[in-house]
Amino acid sequence: MIEIKNLHANVNGKEILKGINLKVNAGEVHAIMGPNGSGKSTLAQVLSGHPAYQVTQGEVLFEGQDLLDMEPEERAHAGVFLAFQYPVEIPGVSNSYFLKAGLNEIRKSRGQEELDSFQFLKLLKEKMKVVEMDQSFINRPVNEGFSGGEKKRNEILQMAVLEPKLAILDETDSGLDIDALKIVSSGVNKLKSPSNATIVVTHYQRLLNYIVPDFVHVLVHGRIVKSGGKELALELEANGYDFIREEMLQSA
Amino acid sequence: MSESIEELVSQEYKYGFTTNIETDTIPPGLNEDVVRLISKKKNEPEWLTEWRLKAFRHWLTLEEPRWPNLTYAKIDYQSISYYSAPKQVKKLDSLDEVDPILLETYEKLGISLTEQKRLSGVAVDAVFDSVSVATTFKETLKEKGIIFCSFSEAVQEHPDLVRKYLGSVVPSSDNYFAALNSAVFSDGSFCYIPKGVRCPMELSTYFRINASNTGQFERTLIVADDGAYVSYLEGCTAPMRDENQLHAAVVEIVAMDNAEVKYSTVQNWYAGDKDGKGGIYNFVTKRGKCAGVNSKISWTQVETGSAITWKYPSVILQGDNSIGEFYSVAVVNNRQDADTGTKMLHIGKNTRSTIVSKGISAGRGNNTYRGLVSIGKNATGSRNYTQCDSMLIGNKCSANTFPYIEVKNSSSSVEHEASTSKIGEDQIFYCKQRGINTENAISMIINGFAKEVFKNLPMEFAVEAQKLLGISLEGSVG
Ligand SMILES: Nc1ncnc2c1ncn2[C@@H]1O[C@H](COP(=O)(O)OP(=O)(O)OP(=O)(O)O)[C@@H](O)[C@H]1O
Ligand SMILES: [Mg+2]
Repeated sequence: MIEIKNLHANVNGKEILKGINLKVNAGEVHAIMGPNGSGKSTLAQVLSGHPAYQVTQGEVLFEGQDLLDMEPEERAHAGVFLAFQYPVEIPGVSNSYFLKAGLNEIRKSRGQEELDSFQFLKLLKEKMKVVEMDQSFINRPVNEGFSGGEKKRNEILQMAVLEPKLAILDETDSGLDIDALKIVSSGVNKLKSPSNATIVVTHYQRLLNYIVPDFVHVLVHGRIVKSGGKELALELEANGYDFIREEMLQSA
Repeated sequence: MSESIEELVSQEYKYGFTTNIETDTIPPGLNEDVVRLISKKKNEPEWLTEWRLKAFRHWLTLEEPRWPNLTYAKIDYQSISYYSAPKQVKKLDSLDEVDPILLETYEKLGISLTEQKRLSGVAVDAVFDSVSVATTFKETLKEKGIIFCSFSEAVQEHPDLVRKYLGSVVPSSDNYFAALNSAVFSDGSFCYIPKGVRCPMELSTYFRINASNTGQFERTLIVADDGAYVSYLEGCTAPMRDENQLHAAVVEIVAMDNAEVKYSTVQNWYAGDKDGKGGIYNFVTKRGKCAGVNSKISWTQVETGSAITWKYPSVILQGDNSIGEFYSVAVVNNRQDADTGTKMLHIGKNTRSTIVSKGISAGRGNNTYRGLVSIGKNATGSRNYTQCDSMLIGNKCSANTFPYIEVKNSSSSVEHEASTSKIGEDQIFYCKQRGINTENAISMIINGFAKEVFKNLPMEFAVEAQKLLGISLEGSVG
């Protein structure tokens, strides 16, 4: 699905990603963990094309296409979705209007019919049930005045409506209470299929009890320094990142 | 900001064409003879000629205001022609007699003057350069006793009404531009809604400047008698020309007991090119008087055009319990300057006013809100709520707010909120990540920002205004 090769990226002239290699196949769930400031969100933003980040080296193939050459909206049309660590507020624009505009753009780019308001509302209500979101959110302005947890849940609602091929969830679990975590995870699991893939960025092994990863990667200082199965997350939980740093020192 | 927020600005002005039509234009220059000539061309009664002359003499004693936060080249009032009319001066009995070239011009502007073709119930008075060329739906309105016609016609047919109300809200001595207008105004619209009548359709005036080197000085006078209601729309466009053109209009509204007038403007005069060459200088005095008890006047304006805008639609709240409202969206892009706002003058008891101003600045535009809320000694129990929000697009534009407040009694209250925000790269990126391209993202964000104002516009006007906003900001973000 996606293949990241030797990816380097800067922000404000400072190198944050220093050679990322990662391959994700359809049907897989990958978890990325790592200390604060190690570059996890940067990787997510670079993959979705945020203009503040400059790629200096490397390439990314998404279903065979050069992802880095595409505009952010083209990546969205191709099926890349980012659940933001910090979802953005858009005052005065209703949640449903926003999401309908996005969905119809994506459909248009694929040669599908646009949905009219009735069709869309029906779909939206179905998806709101999946993430157990109250219908009052339909007409509220995008993320404005939402609580931290509501914003995160709204991200997953958007994912459910847009049905991406590759979903990147950047700390979607932070800010969610325990019940919400279960609901959101089960929502993510319901959307899983053999033809799509998920990358979850998280600090907590707890989330991975619900969204079970096939692979866990540890990102430190802009590099993936260790990869393994889901047990790696348990190891990190028990020992913190120090043991990895030690391993790195020893191998150096 | 990256290229995204700095680029989108330059879609061509869609209404910039000119119409080739024979005109009766008087030579440039301004003196008492010119004022008399205009009055004579319009076959006006003597009192009106005298009224004009008085205004002119007063104008000579005034200085052009320099207090607005505007920068523009000095205007040479002697180089302007004060009267230009398409050469078909005889009175029209039906629209079929209107010069087809003119009909076509309005057609191109998206305004059909042919009544049977109009689906929506909007009556239009079309003003081309200095004169009104057509008014639609007159008969339908007449049945209800509503007078809706060009100002010139009103002077001929309803001189008593005109004489009674002309200058009653904006005296000819009010300010520099109002005095000038009073001396040389050429046409405009007149509207009278009799007692107890709800006007069954939107009334609208469409102003078009065509001739070059002319000024446009129109006057609108709207009177809503006891218990009457009317919603009035105003639209404006002008060709693209390299020279600046002067537009100095006066609008007066009178609302008697329990009457309500809604006045909506979508102002899209040519704004000049991206370097600030050409464009309309728009110096307008608009004022309404809530003369009666429980009366209400609301101004809603969407200002996207003009090189320079100087405009403060105001309400004199004289009747007890009267209500004044001002909802404004002002957009400046490229080199545009706008200094706009409102005055709410509370005189009667328990009067209420609401001001919602949304300023959007892009390019090197400079947007100023200037407002006065004055609550007099006798205006006990009065209230004002003011909200001024500014949005900046890019780093080279500016926004200013000058709210002046005077409260002279202790039972009244004034509330003021203000905010400045920047259309963020992050907001645009968020939209793009969901599949929405930059242009649509900006249009969506801006329309969200201006929503509180748009919802006060009549439906079809709101749709038009939203589109306009998208167009005038195209290129400001990319
Ligand atoms: N726009 C920016 N301007 C300046 N520095 C930035 C910017 N974006 C990221 N950085 C820096 O890049 C580094 C990596 O940040 P990033 O957000 O990718 O970390 P993270 O791994 O997601 O951390 P966290 O676990 O705290 O979310 C940090 O040092 C951060 O300060
Ligand atoms: Mg992060």
